[in-house]
Amino acid sequence: MKRVVISGAGTINSLGHSVPDTLEAMREGRCGISQLEFRDVERLSIKIGGQVRGFEAEGRFNRQQMSLYDRFTQFTLTAAKEAIDQSGIEFHGDLAARSGVVLGTAGGGVSTWDDNYRSVYEDGKNRVHPFVVPKLMNNAAASHVSMEHNLKGPSFTVSTACASSNHAMALAFQMVRSGAAPAMITGGSESMLCFGGVKAWEGLRVMSKDACRPFSANRNGMVQGEGAGAFVFEEYEHARARGADILCEVVGFAMSSDASDIVMPSKQGAARAMSGALTDARLNADQVGYINAHGTGTAANDKTECAAVAGVFGPHADDLMISSTKSMHGHLIGGTGAVELLACIMALRDGVIAPTIGYEDPDPECALDVVPNEARDAKVDVALSNAFAFGGLNAVLALKRV
Amino acid sequence: MSITDRVIAIIAEQAVLEPSDVTPESTLEDLGIDSLGLVESIFAIEEEFDISVPFNANEPQASDFDISNVAAIIAGIEKLVSEKV
Repeated sequence: MKRVVISGAGTINSLGHSVPDTLEAMREGRCGISQLEFRDVERLSIKIGGQVRGFEAEGRFNRQQMSLYDRFTQFTLTAAKEAIDQSGIEFHGDLAARSGVVLGTAGGGVSTWDDNYRSVYEDGKNRVHPFVVPKLMNNAAASHVSMEHNLKGPSFTVSTACASSNHAMALAFQMVRSGAAPAMITGGSESMLCFGGVKAWEGLRVMSKDACRPFSANRNGMVQGEGAGAFVFEEYEHARARGADILCEVVGFAMSSDASDIVMPSKQGAARAMSGALTDARLNADQVGYINAHGTGTAANDKTECAAVAGVFGPHADDLMISSTKSMHGHLIGGTGAVELLACIMALRDGVIAPTIGYEDPDPECALDVVPNEARDAKVDVALSNAFAFGGLNAVLALKRV
Repeated sequence: MSITDRVIAIIAEQAVLEPSDVTPESTLEDLGIDSLGLVESIFAIEEEFDISVPFNANEPQASDFDISNVAAIIAGIEKLVSEKV
């Protein structure tokens, strides 16, 4: 079995257009959630979200690319470029032939669906642009990353709702650990902040109209975000041999299925994923210093997640820190685990724990150290990143300081 | 603008050329327009003239619509436009 390290990271989200900007915002506990701005927003009852601002796709991509890139692909390419540039890795020859791209997204090209449905249903047009299908397909982002960076190995997209990115990164990790690929580009992306995307979520009545306050007794729901996170997962010796700057090591993962309900989370399913990741990584529970929570800010998730953590970690649950950065960047759905992995990297590498902002009232059912409102300096050796999706599909990653 | 000028403008934009560089004798291959570029050009032409171009990318030779060069495309569009009225 090979050791797997992260040698590059990239992102774009409502907190920043790069990793340094995003980590600075997390350190400062800034909130990227604000009033949504897009067509027909006045017809929505939910009008807030973590929207990416000031992203000028027109300057980055040429006309032909623009006709093929949905916003979720634009985000992915932006994040992947940052990750690969930072890593310094160049894909050619055997390395290119064996390295690939595994990305997560829940909805793919949602705004492309939305725009073209509007065109044919509302505007009554009978003709759509020929690239609608290649633009909206869920694997478009992974394919464009492979083309842009000459990645010719295993490439595909994973779609497991809110756990998509964690499932994708777990698979990329497996490929590098097993020796199947020397390096993989992985992470995920989501761009659902358009009229149809938010309208669909409204229907579930789990959305907050004012803020995302994970673990706080007065929490009243989740808030959507958008963006992408991308990483270079690389075999340790390969990274070391070329003098790469290693951000952290990926040491284990586990996936589990609740097999119980299509939307309600399960304590047992979440606990099995966390304890499975520890077993896979050959870690004891008391080595974990930080957990990046799924922490959606819904009544159901947060108390179930806290109960699962208490069950897995026993008395150590009171010593570790657990925070939800969704309070700042919103819930990026299929891309969320990728952006949240940055908080784990910051904890391990910089010794800074991103806070759970918007925390106002303690909830006895969430009685853990949720790092309320302000970032904290702390030395952390091992971090977990949780993702528990609708459909009861869970994926947890374990990371270690190098 | 005449139909010819409007078609040449669409093809030139697709080929990222000046309209003056697109001649009636030019083939799509000469202009560097590939199969995706062709379907995008046909879409733009349909939008511009509000016509339906009988073209199936699976069998470009089988349709009545001749795409062998710019002049043939223009002639085909003039016919479709005249039939529309």
